[in-house]
Amino acid sequence: MNKKQKKKRNRILVALAIFVVFEAMEVVGVFDALPGGLWLEFAAFLVPYLIAGYDVLAKAWHGITHKQPFDENLLMSIATIGAFALVFFPEAEPHMAEGAAVMLFYQVGELFESYAVGKTRRNIADMMDIAPDFATIEEGGQLVQVDPASVAVGSTIVVKPGERVPLDGVVIEGSSQLDTSALTGESVPRMVEAGAQVASGCVNMTGVLSIRTTKAYGESTVQRILDLVENASEKKARTENFITRFARYYTPIVVGLALLIALASPLLLGQSWSSSVQAALVFLVVSCPCALVISVPLSFFGGIGAASRKGILVKGSSYLEALAQVNTVAFDKTGTLTSGTFTVVDIVAAPYFSPDLVLSYAAHAENYSNHPIAQSVREKFGKTIDASKVAEAEEISGEGVKALVEGRAVLVGNAKLLERAGVSAEEYASTGTVLYVAIDGVYAGRIVIADTLKDDAAETVSSLRNAGVKRIVMLTGDREEVAAEVAGQLGLSEYHAQCLPADKVAHVEGLLTQAGDRGKVAFVGDGINDAPVLMRADVGIAMGALGSDAAIEAADVVLMDDKPANIAKAIGIARKTMHIVRQNIVFAIGVKVLIMILALPFIGIANMWLAVFGDVGVACLAILNAMRTLRV
Amino acid sequence: MRKVMKLEGEICANCAAKVQAAVEKLPGVNEASVNAMTYKFTLDAEDAAFDAALEQSIKIFADIEPDCEVVA
Repeated sequence: MNKKQKKKRNRILVALAIFVVFEAMEVVGVFDALPGGLWLEFAAFLVPYLIAGYDVLAKAWHGITHKQPFDENLLMSIATIGAFALVFFPEAEPHMAEGAAVMLFYQVGELFESYAVGKTRRNIADMMDIAPDFATIEEGGQLVQVDPASVAVGSTIVVKPGERVPLDGVVIEGSSQLDTSALTGESVPRMVEAGAQVASGCVNMTGVLSIRTTKAYGESTVQRILDLVENASEKKARTENFITRFARYYTPIVVGLALLIALASPLLLGQSWSSSVQAALVFLVVSCPCALVISVPLSFFGGIGAASRKGILVKGSSYLEALAQVNTVAFDKTGTLTSGTFTVVDIVAAPYFSPDLVLSYAAHAENYSNHPIAQSVREKFGKTIDASKVAEAEEISGEGVKALVEGRAVLVGNAKLLERAGVSAEEYASTGTVLYVAIDGVYAGRIVIADTLKDDAAETVSSLRNAGVKRIVMLTGDREEVAAEVAGQLGLSEYHAQCLPADKVAHVEGLLTQAGDRGKVAFVGDGINDAPVLMRADVGIAMGALGSDAAIEAADVVLMDDKPANIAKAIGIARKTMHIVRQNIVFAIGVKVLIMILALPFIGIANMWLAVFGDVGVACLAILNAMRTLRV
Repeated sequence: MRKVMKLEGEICANCAAKVQAAVEKLPGVNEASVNAMTYKFTLDAEDAAFDAALEQSIKIFADIEPDCEVVA
């Protein structure tokens, strides 16, 4: 509780104590025994009423003088003043105690409301607080802490265990485990050593790292995420807008009804004035739309917070709403379902050669090449390459490399390269890239390199199907055979190969019309050419870490850890949030309408107590319900 | 020009919606958003009208919810 809330709490406690004393006196009959007891009682209950509610009265007055009536303060003021005023109807029971109690409980509810909302807000804000406070740089042999924004690109910073990495960079010294969970939701720490790229926002866990910064603070990962989150809640969901619009009409209508009842029911229906005024007061108390307008955005905020804890950044409640209705998901292939990097998937040696030997010679020959294929061969080889064994290395563009390895002439490349050297290699048909290796003019074997499926690609497809997604489509710029193979492995019946960016947009537009009015289409992609498709789909989902900035900018949802399986999780969170939102709307409107019906003069069951429950009680329950979105 | 400002104090979602609706009606304002969750006030207005709009917005805040203040 903050200072203001504590002050209010103390005020309520004092008022409550005084109220209890007077109420006890009233029950025992002290007031009745005294001369003019009714007026003494009136004055007595006015004390706790004013202590608890003077600010409400003041604000109501402020509202009237500033031409902004119809807020809850005015409604509560009229209702409670009305309760006190019933003393002027000779035939009515006195309701002063009720008036004071209503104000007291209204204030208790308000206090709880502000406490609960504040707490939820802080919880979510803390969760998203990944901003580093300082960067440590070396200056004249001393370590000094400076503002991360003041560190120039290319500076060397030192990050100690327990500290947050303040800027993106490359490790130049030291090794450590990094906790990336704030960025990705991934709980397994990442091992880094010299040469590794590190993103700002990670927490260094074990060793001291020296990092050469590669980006200024304004463009660092952490700043980018914060920008996304900051601007997140501006795109409001349809449901949210509906509720604020609803509130705009609801309150004046109910106030109008209250007036109508107070006047029409005694004049036209012959009900007593006091019971009619009482019913009208009940209407006024339940006319506050607060339970609704507070619980709906709070639920969305909680849902967005819960998603971000899983490494799923949702840029606004409107996208959470759309996610819940997704029935069609279109995937880009490379970098989304597949890892987007080449890996050696197969090595087949010719007679008299061993696969290890073929790989070793190929890796040495490729030593000086920066081509991704060469990198994947070296990676598969895994051992350090002795550069002194390699001589006369030459890269032949579009064909491969040739080099002397341990004095033996090695050719690594496509069939054309070997053919020109007079080596006959059996052509092998594959969806991947095939490297043929010849040693001293003899065909030694082949290495097959392909893009591999992400570990969770199959899980993604099955979890989406389980989540009720009817149609899953793969759109790729890759060749037909490759697309067919990947689709086959994942059990996808629908795919489109050799798509240009414009083709992808056209396909997604087709899906949009076929998804129906209530179904939404999500597109998942990572590359720069996906930006137009990401914008066109109802929900654009981008891969965060690998993805290009343009794609992340254009997307509505960003998966920080690049795991497509999180899409089903995001849909799950979105549906749960929408469910809670709907529960709150139905519950709050339902209870209020019910109380209004029960309060009608000729029914007359609902009293002020019930009305106060209908206002703050319902608001509190709706807030508690909304807080469930945080837990997933 | 677009500016995001912090809000201090307390504002309920209903009042936030009212302030937003009132600010959006001010001359030169393209878009306004009062967020009762993040306590942020976003004002997007024509450059020429921005200062006047901001001044008016602060007045609207004071009228509707005197407990809530805009801090730049």
